Amino acid sequence: MANVGKSVPRVDAFDKVTGRAKYTDDICDKSALILRVVRSTIAHGYVRSVDTEEALKVPGVVAVYTPDDVPDICFPTAGHPWSTDPSHQDTADRKLLNAHVRYYGDDVAVVVAEDEVAAAQAARLVKVEYEELPFVLDPIEAMQEGAPQIQENTPGNVLKHTQIRNGNYEEARKEPGLICIDKWYTSQTVQHCHIENFIAYAYEEQGKIVVVSSTQIPHIVRRTVGQALGIPWGNVRIVKPYIGGGFGNKQDTLYEPLIAWVSMQLGGRLVKLDIPREDTFVSNRVRHAIKFHIISYVRPDGTYVARKVELFSNQGAYASHGHSIVAKAMGCFPQMYPCPNVEGDAYTVYTNMSAAGAMRGYGIPQAMFAYESHTDDVCKALNIDPEEFRRKNLMPVGYTDGFSKNVNYFDSYNQCMDKAMEYMDYRTKFEAYKNQTGPIRKGIGLSCFWYNTAVWPISLEHSSCRMVLNQDGSVQLQVGETEIGQGADTAYAQMAADVIGLADYTDVHVVSNQDTDVTPFGLGAYASRQTYVCGFSITKTGNILRDKILAAANELTRMPVSNLDIIDSNIVRISDGKILMTLADLATERLYSLSASEHITAEATYQIKSNAYSFGCCIAEVEVNIPMCRCEVKKIINVHDCGSLINPALATAQVHGGMSMGIGFGLSEELKFDPKTGKPLNNNLLDYKLSTIMDHPHLEAQFVENPEPTNPFGTKALGEPPATPVAPAIRNAILNATGVEVDSLPLNPHILFKRFTEEGLIKDPWREEN
Amino acid sequence: MYDIKELYEAFTVEEAIALRLAHPEAQIIAGGSDVLVQMREGKRAGKELISIYLVDEMRGVSIDEEENIRIGSLTSFSHITKDPIIQKYINVLGEAVDLVGGPQIRNIGTIGGNTCNGVTSADSASTLHAWEAVVELTGPEGVRRVPIKEFYIKAGTVDIRPGEIQTAILIPKASYENTFGFYHKYAMRNAMDIATTGCSVNVRLSEDKKTFERVRIAYGVAGPVPMRAPSAEAAANGKPVSEETMEAFGRAVLEDINPRTSWRAAKEFRQHIAYEMAKECLKESVIRAGGTL
Amino acid sequence: MQNQYREITFNLNGKDVTRVVDCRASLTDMLRNDFRMTSVKKGCEVGECGACNVLIDGECFNSCIYLAVWARGKKVRTLESLLGPNGELSDIQQAFIDETAVQCGFCTPGFIMTAVEILESGKEYSDAELRKLLSGHLCRCTGYENIFRAVKKTMYKRLGKPWTEEA
Repeated sequence: MANVGKSVPRVDAFDKVTGRAKYTDDICDKSALILRVVRSTIAHGYVRSVDTEEALKVPGVVAVYTPDDVPDICFPTAGHPWSTDPSHQDTADRKLLNAHVRYYGDDVAVVVAEDEVAAAQAARLVKVEYEELPFVLDPIEAMQEGAPQIQENTPGNVLKHTQIRNGNYEEARKEPGLICIDKWYTSQTVQHCHIENFIAYAYEEQGKIVVVSSTQIPHIVRRTVGQALGIPWGNVRIVKPYIGGGFGNKQDTLYEPLIAWVSMQLGGRLVKLDIPREDTFVSNRVRHAIKFHIISYVRPDGTYVARKVELFSNQGAYASHGHSIVAKAMGCFPQMYPCPNVEGDAYTVYTNMSAAGAMRGYGIPQAMFAYESHTDDVCKALNIDPEEFRRKNLMPVGYTDGFSKNVNYFDSYNQCMDKAMEYMDYRTKFEAYKNQTGPIRKGIGLSCFWYNTAVWPISLEHSSCRMVLNQDGSVQLQVGETEIGQGADTAYAQMAADVIGLADYTDVHVVSNQDTDVTPFGLGAYASRQTYVCGFSITKTGNILRDKILAAANELTRMPVSNLDIIDSNIVRISDGKILMTLADLATERLYSLSASEHITAEATYQIKSNAYSFGCCIAEVEVNIPMCRCEVKKIINVHDCGSLINPALATAQVHGGMSMGIGFGLSEELKFDPKTGKPLNNNLLDYKLSTIMDHPHLEAQFVENPEPTNPFGTKALGEPPATPVAPAIRNAILNATGVEVDSLPLNPHILFKRFTEEGLIKDPWREEN
Repeated sequence: MYDIKELYEAFTVEEAIALRLAHPEAQIIAGGSDVLVQMREGKRAGKELISIYLVDEMRGVSIDEEENIRIGSLTSFSHITKDPIIQKYINVLGEAVDLVGGPQIRNIGTIGGNTCNGVTSADSASTLHAWEAVVELTGPEGVRRVPIKEFYIKAGTVDIRPGEIQTAILIPKASYENTFGFYHKYAMRNAMDIATTGCSVNVRLSEDKKTFERVRIAYGVAGPVPMRAPSAEAAANGKPVSEETMEAFGRAVLEDINPRTSWRAAKEFRQHIAYEMAKECLKESVIRAGGTL
Repeated sequence: MQNQYREITFNLNGKDVTRVVDCRASLTDMLRNDFRMTSVKKGCEVGECGACNVLIDGECFNSCIYLAVWARGKKVRTLESLLGPNGELSDIQQAFIDETAVQCGFCTPGFIMTAVEILESGKEYSDAELRKLLSGHLCRCTGYENIFRAVKKTMYKRLGKPWTEEA
């Protein structure tokens, strides 16, 4: 293990600090025709007519397509592995352009023009007549009788409802002496805000449609483009260059099918769609806003006896990832704090809002806000110390989940809390900050989190890898699990170098860009799975490559394979440690051999039938300015047990980014819609309050490294978990500071004003007089 | 690529005036951080523009013969903040414009653009109101001076007549002499944000620092245009420097301002913040003037 | 449009260049399309994200809201100017690598150019001042943590002073 575990620099760092790394727009020929999507200006209704006459008169306009023009095919968009079982397939509920518009910003028409100005002018001139329908933005309202129906195939708007019934909640809650804590928690709509907007271009080549796209999931997009256009999947080629962030938004089919279709209408001409930031907010995907109703029956000693949770997830207008998100959110409820009697009901409900999809954490940031806020509320009601309660009630070592078969092998929760508490001086502060008075108060809050890695057994989990040995002993490596900024390529290089026995990770040339015609099939980047799943495929493929190399070495050195090893890119005789030849010499000799020429390559698929828990915690210290209604994070730490670290520096950087996203989710971010019209109100980076560098303090990231037994490198999920515990830690810190429970996100001045006023901390004299 | 119908470029004030007369429909563009954004949104798409950005004679800060502080309209926010005259006499203005957006916006944004777009949230506007700035407009008839309060007609509309451009902002000596102020920008982020409410207060204290000789306060986003709060000023002028005066001052603000509920903030919240800010800004101004509160 | 194209001369990364530009073009458009400066990124096109940041006469500007014709007579610098004659990385680029300040890389060029302005001032800034100077850039990957470290570390290195962690 010479490379794994070291903080080596990223393989793509040089290209990225010199501006040479090529993203989609950087490689699109400037001759591309420009697309612009015409969007609905109502939240719900039918397109009755589209008048394109004026638009087509704009010089440079090539075509305008309307819902009448597109194939009558509904297609799914979720970045999930396909299932050959129809009951597990993603919902197909949208067309390329939609005559039934279901949210403000829906895709009504597309303009093609020679330049962006002509496209924008023409888009403004497309006249759309609507028959307006009533609309609904709230999932619970959408479930009521008589609510507007959003999807033809889904009366009642509930896309899916799933349940948990463990033990007997109704009986158990009758136990005398129980204390009942019954509360609602609400999370808001937020957006991914990767700095590169979604962009893609398409053209035809050799009878195939090629789409170059800023996507996390090229192989999945190939399938969905095929499905949306009704063409053989092999006729679609998707290329993924470097991408400027994804965070789950690009774990979805966005506009690739539309772009491909437009190109095909124009004889395969090069067409490009560069989604403006304003549309990224509204017409890509958002995070599901979820309303949680939690009822806990607890003994005075802090033992959970019976618990119930209801989750109402705002799906928006189209299914995208659908119920998977809230199902994951509900799934962790009985696991994180095991309780014998649990009822759970999760509803995914269509509304007339932007479609919600995958976003870093996949339902768990919302769930942690509700569950870990509730934990502190239970402690407050029982007058129990929140740390003590967690140590007593969190998932114990040895716990096994019946469905996933995940095992909690280690005492990660306690170890992570210990580390975080030491850094923060938690106990002293927690006691000191109780019962403060005065306008400015400090508080400290704790939240743990539950996470699991990858998608088995809900979906297929596998990874394919190809390795090619070069004449100089270096190796090309390809996998379908994409580099999206997280540093996956670097981790792959480190792992591959160690499996094969190469001297340095730079001897592995990771082919960063996926091309579905060339790259082995792989599902892409999601579920914090890349390092975990590629650990298997790289090990399997690397061992095949080693076997081939050693077989060749056997022929060239006449030593038995059992006495040969590859160490530091040399063929070494095990018995005396002598270097017999370099790997470079072997590779060159073998490739150009006139007697036994061989291009040494290896390729393998590994199907993963395991999953791994990935736990940790966050502690946040805040200063609350009551009259100014502000909460400022002064100090914060996340501690993660994500198993053995492949690259500590990259892992730390991942945690920073997740913490920042968690702070935004907790304090400031919210995509707002006008309740009167359904129109988005703040879909730009000025009005949407993404944290700047001035909005949070130093972010401390620490680790507990318990090697994950199921994985060859002992690693497990890290990409998403850092974003999950931050909001509830801040919320619990405000509770510690002020005694006020704030139960809806974000914890911005507006909600603090409301809550502090309700709780009597703010008493505006002129309002009392009224 | 912007949807610009025509771009006319001026390099001198004279050229700018001539272009204004020749193309009365054209929109003036200074730094462009508002105009170009609106053009991209479609609001001003397809318009003719008169670019005055390269009229270098409209840049810089000086003290004129009447001892006014004269700020050329194209002076960028960052240059105002760094300017020694500003730092010496009206530091609060430099501080206020140092809260606009981020560094890049402060390099492109100009004080002329910030006032000519007639927006209530402009970070410079409340301080300019509180310091009774005078707007200098140059047109075919020569120079015209308008008190800033009168310059703002209604939201998005200012008093610029055909052929005119705003060439400078003046702060009269009577306004800045022996006067100390503080600006609070209340926003949802610490950078890259527009004010939820902005409050600018300045005071002149008696020699013994015990009495308010003159108190001025102005708000952004408390009404459709930046506004003074005369009741609050009356509640403090001539009064002792005390907690009681501060409280009366904050309370009186409610009689003057008329914030509305929008998706950005509720009226009650804006009122509360305006009250808290008035007190805070008054206190800070007193401290800067050498008093105690 | 009567006079859509204008000939302008300006200095790009140390070299005087003359181009006929569309007067509707932003400086981002011109640098990307006419000069293939791929370091100049488009993230919002309204001056909110900082991905298109370049130096003009030594000050940082979002080139997306800067008309290309305004560059006439100016000195424009992009990230492409930082490599040494033999392809050596500048200290700040190396610091971004060493401090793991790069993830998706899309905000990186803009941040580095603001860092260049900070570093070339030759001043020593407090942590709060540094954060303020860097606040015109949005990044979703890094939480700004390592970017801040890279800039701060390089600042102290250039000043010849020891580096201290943020309190």
